[in-house]
Amino acid sequence: MPTHTFVLNGRSVTVDAPDDMPLLWVLRDKLGVTGPKYGCGVGVCRACTSHLDGQEFQPCTHSVKDCAGRTVTTIEGLADGDTLHPVQEAWIDCDVAQCGFCQPGQIMTAVALLRRTPDPTDADIDQIQNICRCGSYPRIREAIKRAASGGNP
Amino acid sequence: MLGLPGIPDVLDLGDAMILAGLPTAHLLVLEITPAGRAALHLPRLEVGQGLTTAIAMLVADELDAELTDVDVPLSDGRPELLFNQLTGGSNSVRSLYDPVRAAAAAARARLVTAAAHRWNVPASGLRTAGSAVLAPDGRRLGFGELAADAASVVVPAVPATPKPADQRRLVGRPTGRIDARDIVTGRAEYAGDLQIPGAAPTVVARPTTVNGTLKSLDASVARAMPGVLAVVQIPSGVAVLAETFDQALKARDALRTTWTPGPVADLSDADVRAKLRAAHAPFLLPPLLTPYLDGEFDFAFVNHAPMEVLTAVADVRPGRAELWFAAQSPIIAQQTIAAELGLPQSAVTVHVVRGGGSFGRRLFFDAALEAAQISKAAGRPVKLMWTRNDDMRHGRMRPASHHRIRATYGLGQVLTWEHRAATVRTDLSHGLGEALTGAGFNLSVAGISLAQAFFLLTEKNPYNVGIPTQLLAELPLQLHTGSWRSVYSGTVRVADEIMMDELARRMGQDEVAFRRARLRDAAGRALLDTVAKAGDWGRPMPAGQAQGVGYHEENGGRVAYLVELDATDRANPRVIKAVIAADVGQVINPRGLEAQLTGALSDGISVILLAGNHLDNGTFREGSYADFHYARQRNTPPTVEIHLMPPSGAPGGAGELGVPAASAAVANAYARATGTSPRSFPINF
Repeated sequence: MPTHTFVLNGRSVTVDAPDDMPLLWVLRDKLGVTGPKYGCGVGVCRACTSHLDGQEFQPCTHSVKDCAGRTVTTIEGLADGDTLHPVQEAWIDCDVAQCGFCQPGQIMTAVALLRRTPDPTDADIDQIQNICRCGSYPRIREAIKRAASGGNP
Repeated sequence: MLGLPGIPDVLDLGDAMILAGLPTAHLLVLEITPAGRAALHLPRLEVGQGLTTAIAMLVADELDAELTDVDVPLSDGRPELLFNQLTGGSNSVRSLYDPVRAAAAAARARLVTAAAHRWNVPASGLRTAGSAVLAPDGRRLGFGELAADAASVVVPAVPATPKPADQRRLVGRPTGRIDARDIVTGRAEYAGDLQIPGAAPTVVARPTTVNGTLKSLDASVARAMPGVLAVVQIPSGVAVLAETFDQALKARDALRTTWTPGPVADLSDADVRAKLRAAHAPFLLPPLLTPYLDGEFDFAFVNHAPMEVLTAVADVRPGRAELWFAAQSPIIAQQTIAAELGLPQSAVTVHVVRGGGSFGRRLFFDAALEAAQISKAAGRPVKLMWTRNDDMRHGRMRPASHHRIRATYGLGQVLTWEHRAATVRTDLSHGLGEALTGAGFNLSVAGISLAQAFFLLTEKNPYNVGIPTQLLAELPLQLHTGSWRSVYSGTVRVADEIMMDELARRMGQDEVAFRRARLRDAAGRALLDTVAKAGDWGRPMPAGQAQGVGYHEENGGRVAYLVELDATDRANPRVIKAVIAADVGQVINPRGLEAQLTGALSDGISVILLAGNHLDNGTFREGSYADFHYARQRNTPPTVEIHLMPPSGAPGGAGELGVPAASAAVANAYARATGTSPRSFPINF
């Protein structure tokens, strides 16, 4: 079985996996990294959203081979030790989560958005495709704005 | 003119559930650990409704513990609780408010008594704060240091009664979720995240039509694929076990199967609608000399589609079984699975795991039952996951329904209001019938079905509209259905609220004033006033935009929604603002309540404008969120304003409350913005 080496949450990892195995299952079933969630498997719900070389991507539709030699960051790698990322802090401040299942993906999407667009408009936030079946959308919007303003909405 | 109160005014579903649970309500377990943590073992499921936070607040207040010292683990299935471990009917806070406070107050009294013995001082002079007992001289003993002694206190030396409301620090104060940090760091664990040793990732190949059966199977190719551990047959399909879900899914694709069509294979949406129309009882009152208004409404099937797909871990061994899943009805699950496996109930352990949403879906334990069957057949532990496609095509649905309403009026009054609801039969076989029987309802003596009883206990018209009559006709179809957040009210009350708007306009009255003049409940009138004022009801709107209102009361709560909707682009109408006012009696956590009301708005937008499921020749067309259009960020309003009334009385239920009113407000705004009378939902389907 082929081996693939990539950087995962700051650490180099090597896994044996078929080339075409979606990274989501490599993370969840081979590496025990369960922050990225399965919600559809076809890149639509975006509950698995993580970062590939700093850009948002959906591990359910990217093969492990395509990630070889690159840098993968999941929700588990976002905080700096016990110091949360400002977007995670904003999520807590705004009490965004209900069931919580989509929130790792929502947070990773928001972090990527704020990297591209540090001061997003409502129209920018409207472009986010991630589903939240609990309907926490207004608080997601509020948390993104809070994080954009450095924690002072 | 006065209307007649409905049954829910006297006794609602929640009251019945509380009655059923009363004999075991005191069997709560509150544990104080030597480390000083207070753990209330919760016989309910957390699926995002914020229940664990609300319960932690109640415990912390009564114990005088720090909120951060309180844990609320979910109890395993506890059959001795009988009817008191069913999460549903917006009933958890209503049914647990008194017992949890009583348990915590009793624990506090025993901790104080233990400290009094330790210090040899009168207990009456001691107080509690910050997870500790404090003496007047400044001595302090943490709850953890007293836990062992307190356990042996039989008769507390201080009263063990809950505090008066004005002495509480937390109840009623906006409080963030106790599990927020776990969620934002990815540490919160759902069933699929559990690392149960040896549990093989498993998926099931399912029939091409709902309830079809396997005709032939050739698994030779699948069995030979890398990582495949086993292929086993179960009543609902063919299970593939592998080392990873990717390998299980690929091997599932490689199964060669043929299927016998299911019992509804010749049915599509149009057939179901025709059958529903034919199922109605006729109206009692033919229009004679009285003016009248008729309305007919269709609601599509709607999948629950919680973000976390159904997942269950099962480890079935000779003589015993252990399961892990998000269970709203763990006792019934335990009984059913034990019977399926031929084991005594006591040999089956159900571990209740937090769920990634539910909306009624996890009242049923479809995946757990299958996982048990598969684990038994394969002789090893399994982690079964339904794919999104599995749950869209073979999962449960809010039943499609048709509603026929006739209102007669004259001299400025509504004289009669007849509502005939016909729905595909709702499967309620998840322990509710047992609970109602436990509460003293003898359904067979009453001569009505469980669904009829549920309908009678939940559905009422809150307005003085003469003599309201509501009848449910059920269409039995062999489809998988279930309660969907707000159950019958999600369609019945929405249709009523649309008719209220149309009747107001027919009678030349303002839609809000028309409701206000007829609403029986004064607290409800205050909510209408609040949203009308805060939302500037009647303000001029640009062409293509309009306001709409909806009102609903149920489960001891009431709520009004006012939305503004932009239908300039009819293919993409958008709610651009919402003003919500709610009165649910005593609020435990206002932030949690606001979250529920906001989520209900998202549901209302979805089921009215966007999201439904088509039945095409016995199979559901939609396969994922790509074609099941649950609202996304761009479909929801940037501005949501929520007004909560001051706390009063006992807590009401709020988990489902918002859905009917929000749905109605969206439908009514759409009608006013477009000058149309929408009759079929979702509108863009």
